[in-house]
Amino acid sequence: MAERVGIEVSLAVAEAAMMANTDVVAAYPITPQTHIVEHLAELVADGALDAAYIPVESEHSAMSACLGASAAGARTFTATAGQGLELMHEVLYVASNMQLPVVMAVANRALSSPLSVWGDHSDVMSVRDTGWIQIFVENGQESLDNVLCAFRIAEDPRVLLPIMVHLDGFYLSHVIEPIVYPEQSEVDKFIPPFKYALRLDTDNPVSMGTFAPPVVYSETKKAQELHLRSTKEVILECWREFGKQFGRNYCPVESYHAEDASILMLTMGSFSETAMTAVDKLRGEGMDVGLVRLRLWRPFPFEELREAVKNADVLIVLDRAISYGGPGGPVCSEIRSALYNEVKKPKVVGFVGGLGGRDITVAGFEDIIKKGLDISQNGSEEEFEIYGVRE
Amino acid sequence: MTKRENEITWKDVGVGGIVEEAGNASQYESGTWRSQRPTYDFSRCIKCGLCQLFCPEGCIEQNAEGYFEANMYYCKGCGICARECWTKVITMVEEEE
Repeated sequence: MAERVGIEVSLAVAEAAMMANTDVVAAYPITPQTHIVEHLAELVADGALDAAYIPVESEHSAMSACLGASAAGARTFTATAGQGLELMHEVLYVASNMQLPVVMAVANRALSSPLSVWGDHSDVMSVRDTGWIQIFVENGQESLDNVLCAFRIAEDPRVLLPIMVHLDGFYLSHVIEPIVYPEQSEVDKFIPPFKYALRLDTDNPVSMGTFAPPVVYSETKKAQELHLRSTKEVILECWREFGKQFGRNYCPVESYHAEDASILMLTMGSFSETAMTAVDKLRGEGMDVGLVRLRLWRPFPFEELREAVKNADVLIVLDRAISYGGPGGPVCSEIRSALYNEVKKPKVVGFVGGLGGRDITVAGFEDIIKKGLDISQNGSEEEFEIYGVRE
Repeated sequence: MTKRENEITWKDVGVGGIVEEAGNASQYESGTWRSQRPTYDFSRCIKCGLCQLFCPEGCIEQNAEGYFEANMYYCKGCGICARECWTKVITMVEEEE
């Protein structure tokens, strides 16, 4: 029987990697992700998980070691956050183009400077274009479930791509929540053993990570781009199978009272649950408002997003990162561009907020929705507003 | 051998760009780098083979008459053969000429 336990989300993420029978963990501790890899180190040291734990000297080395392990055919897991993700940066592109199915939990954290260990999405947005599949989760249960799904998706022979599971630093990583633990036998059924056909093997040598002159580089990039897009179907299939087996369902774009609402709020990550409460309150007051949450960040779910917002008049997007000197929030910018050529589309209003661990409360979301509606009707001098800043 | 590099389409790029066959670096057409090419006056050639020894690309071979000549698929046009040739067989000329 599946068991419901009260546990810190970081520990549940580590135990999900254990349930998935990870072969190799190469990681470097960094707040707010440390508890994940610390717990994995414990599980390996205690013999609960039969895996190689490689303590490395930096995140650059962590990701490099993960590439080697994955290329050798090992099921590979790591976790990082903020500056750690930045230090991995150049290696992330190598993992995706070499199609090495590493699974990584990212406890999202703001980037320096000024130094902040607290959460926002500036680390995610800096790795947006690295070619990884990227999934956002909203609570502890979703974290555990999607780490399990990540292994199955990443290692699917139709995919073979690395995956980041984004969970908000502190808001999720350090919170103790009731989480349903699936039976090990059920997890074993859900995640088949990893059989990478083209692994490093001295009996069948291949060249990996080769050089591409200008005459073939563009061909490799088109192949990579179309391949990442094509994986959406497999991701949807995995979530459907997960739903059938475990009874919890996931979609690339989730909606909450959004079907016929004329005003929509759009969020990503753990803030979505607070926004839901705000939506409930405003609906209670008679406002025709709903919530759309983006779960699948890459490959971007264009069709699902357009479908989810097509009947709305106003779409208010909250970003937890800034594209400095650019269009404002990166998510809002992508939503605008996804809708630009649609005949019928909502007016899009952008807010940036929740930076570096700044809370947005239920009242805050109510305020954002009301302000957004006002801007949609009366306009604004600013391209976007940074919410909650003292003037 | 698989296709030449300029015939590879995006559909030919396998999983992770992994190269399964050995020796395909020989398909790399380094001759496209060339801005000058060697020309020969074989009447002066004593077939000593010094040009072949000095060629950094290893692309000089003996032709049917036994004269040493660069394979233009690989020749980068560096001109080392022309400089080293004792009997001044080789003259480098601009590619566009």
